[in-house]
Amino acid sequence: MNNYPLREHAAETLRAHSGRPLHEISAEAVSAGEVSGADLRTHADTLRQQADIARANDFPQLAANLLRAAELTDVPNEELLRIYETMRPERASYDELMRLADYLEANFSARENAAFIREAAAVYRERGLLKR
Amino acid sequence: MTHSRRFDLLAQRDINKETFVEPWPEAGLIVADSPYDPAPSLTMHDGRVQKMDGKPCEDFDALDRFIVSHALDLAIAPEAMALPAQDYARMLADINVPRAAIARLVAGCTPAKLCEIMRHMNVLEMMMGLAKMRIRRTPANQAHVTNWREHPALLAADAAEAALRGFAEVETTVRVARSAPLCALAILVGTQTGRPGVLTQCSVEESLGLRLAMKGLTSYAETLSVYGTELTFTDGDDTPWSKAFLASAYASRGVKIRFTSGTGSEALMGRAEQKSMLYLEARCLLLVKGAGSQGVQNGSISCIALPESLPGGVRAVLAENLLAAMLGLEVAAGNDALASHSSIRKTGKLMLQFIPGADFIFSGYSAIPKRDNLFGGGNFDAEDFDDYNVLQRDMQIDGGVRPIREDEALAVRKKAARAIQAVYAELDLPAISELEVEAATVAHSSDDMPARDLLPDLAAADDFLNGETDFVAVVRALQDRGFADIADNILEMGRQRIAGDYLQPSAIFDADFRVRSAINDANDYTGPGSGYRVEGERWNDMQAIPQAQSPAGFVQPHLGGHISRLVELGTAAKGTQKEVVLALGPAFGRAMGFTIGGLAHEDVLQALLTGIAGEGGFARIVRVYHSSDCAAIGYVGARLSGSGIGIGLQSRGTAVIHQRELAPLNNLELFPQSPSLSLETYEQIGRNAARYALGRSAQPVAVKIDNGARLRLIVKTALLHRRETDEVQPQTPPQELRYDWEPAV
Repeated sequence: MNNYPLREHAAETLRAHSGRPLHEISAEAVSAGEVSGADLRTHADTLRQQADIARANDFPQLAANLLRAAELTDVPNEELLRIYETMRPERASYDELMRLADYLEANFSARENAAFIREAAAVYRERGLLKR
Repeated sequence: MTHSRRFDLLAQRDINKETFVEPWPEAGLIVADSPYDPAPSLTMHDGRVQKMDGKPCEDFDALDRFIVSHALDLAIAPEAMALPAQDYARMLADINVPRAAIARLVAGCTPAKLCEIMRHMNVLEMMMGLAKMRIRRTPANQAHVTNWREHPALLAADAAEAALRGFAEVETTVRVARSAPLCALAILVGTQTGRPGVLTQCSVEESLGLRLAMKGLTSYAETLSVYGTELTFTDGDDTPWSKAFLASAYASRGVKIRFTSGTGSEALMGRAEQKSMLYLEARCLLLVKGAGSQGVQNGSISCIALPESLPGGVRAVLAENLLAAMLGLEVAAGNDALASHSSIRKTGKLMLQFIPGADFIFSGYSAIPKRDNLFGGGNFDAEDFDDYNVLQRDMQIDGGVRPIREDEALAVRKKAARAIQAVYAELDLPAISELEVEAATVAHSSDDMPARDLLPDLAAADDFLNGETDFVAVVRALQDRGFADIADNILEMGRQRIAGDYLQPSAIFDADFRVRSAINDANDYTGPGSGYRVEGERWNDMQAIPQAQSPAGFVQPHLGGHISRLVELGTAAKGTQKEVVLALGPAFGRAMGFTIGGLAHEDVLQALLTGIAGEGGFARIVRVYHSSDCAAIGYVGARLSGSGIGIGLQSRGTAVIHQRELAPLNNLELFPQSPSLSLETYEQIGRNAARYALGRSAQPVAVKIDNGARLRLIVKTALLHRRETDEVQPQTPPQELRYDWEPAV
């Protein structure tokens, strides 16, 4: 993959989750108070590019993970923590998991995550991992 | 019962503090090949798995389902399962088969198939396999940095030193969970002071770990634990899906993750389902891969003493490292938790990862003393740093660390302690005093630190975690307080998070923030001349241990001391009387003046002459020029002696009593341990030589046996001998000497 590392070969195309271009995240900008925490979060497009690189180098499961991650970049921190909690064993009913999948799909276009959670819900139901 | 004194002594040895047990498969106490482990199989119909490792799909537990849906490459599986396990084993050990050819097939192997491959391999073959299958070409190492006081200045200083020592990752953890945010902060500031680009993590409960990462305080997370049975997995309060989601959540914030598994955890948690540790680990590794983790920390980790209590345990741990590498996972290979009381045993075990190399040879080398290690770790710790550097230098093997000088260590420690002091001041955290900075600079452990008031620290940690202050505020604090370089390094860690290059498999950074991963530093080992080689700058760095001296300095103290009263008369002739001929080496009392033990040559000469005279004998002295060899010098002495008895004496002090009739390398008495020889001994040597010359019997001279002398002094011995050899004149016959001195007898 000839554009890897992106930091070296594609730096001018990289931007933070906030949209701020990488080159604007400089020491001077920090010093001037122009940089916020959101400027140091990853952009979904970058994760998709990294997913392509992983797939091209025969790491398909990592690529799938990075695609799910790309879908989660817009999900706020607290919500992300809540979703994780919901997916732990015996935390949610089948319907709650299905609603969570629908919610992610509808609000964040998170198709991969939604499918993943629906798959989990089906297994949880069979294996007694739903809320009792 | 009668006791053997030897067995009594053996019972006291460190190795006998260990627990050794016989296998008990029903309790999961078997490292590999439990009679209850399934045989490998995979039955598919219409592209769907009907049966895996003997279990029909309707009986699949959650783990089986996850493996089938996410880990196995079903397109390759029929070919992969058809290939005999022994063929895989042979390919792994064969340098002519490249990594990719094996990885392609392994993607279609079931857990039982993976175990069957290992069954055919001994540890040497597995090491060959690991050298080839490791995904990153360059090996590296990870450090643990913790302290029981959770002292921020000490954490920062120790993290800085660990970074300077070359560790590519630094992991911390906490005694009190609430202190995690500030411990993570100290490690971040410390590492970026010691060497830019070191990745850091703080091992805590999963949700808290994610929060720390979101705040930018950590750049990777490692303790996403998975287990090989469904019940253990849920005891760990996760499912493969929740764990995989967590992995994606981390990646969504640009944070590298690595899962944790390892033999023995299921047996320890009482839910091994009669399966062998390796079989359960093979399941774990497929879960790790299926979840999309780029890597795994395995090698039994905190359970290591359990497989080590069983036969083949250390081999099985290597097998699990190898399986992970075969599956394309970055491997942090264990060697962290206390594995043995015995230095021999723990070092022997280490060699299985150290020699082939791993992405991280340790998943936590304790860069602090054991008693400060909050991971229960410290199999190798800060007190072993010099030993470890010497192992690298001995074998020309890159163990992922480098030797450093004391002044360098002190400088980065002080800077890191000052930097965290400045951050605390700027962010309004409880002050770090000058005294604490000074203590952290020179400290070895928590014991060297003043106590801190924990309550305000914990309250500040809570506020820090829940408040708005983040990574950016830390960078600004460092900028404002004159630590622009550290601020830049931390900011670059943030920029790298935006680039995401270090989310690729087995990624680390060098000191210039160049990422090195399985993508751009892929392992291309195919035998000698390929793959990672220790050479150039890195080899020079590894050689330069501060203890290494210039060899020239060894000789200097033994030069000088010319004996002016020792005069050369002319070519020596064979004597006709009952004399002892004292034959000196070419440099004795001439170019050199002192023995290896520091005795003046003149004193040695006088002691010998005194001994000879004391027995009523008399001596001639000759100098041998054509050889510097002790036996040859003594042989010449004997041949020139009217009595047939000669003493050979080298400048470094080695002596021999020779008799004419004996072959050159035979002798009456040899005194090879010159460092132990005293003037009294030399006098006794003179006495014995005289007795032999006069035809009397003699008790061999008693000399102290010091088998450590050669170990301590071999370099000096070699160099002193070389100096004497410089004085050899091959064409010059032995010269008669006159020494103007009479012994007081």
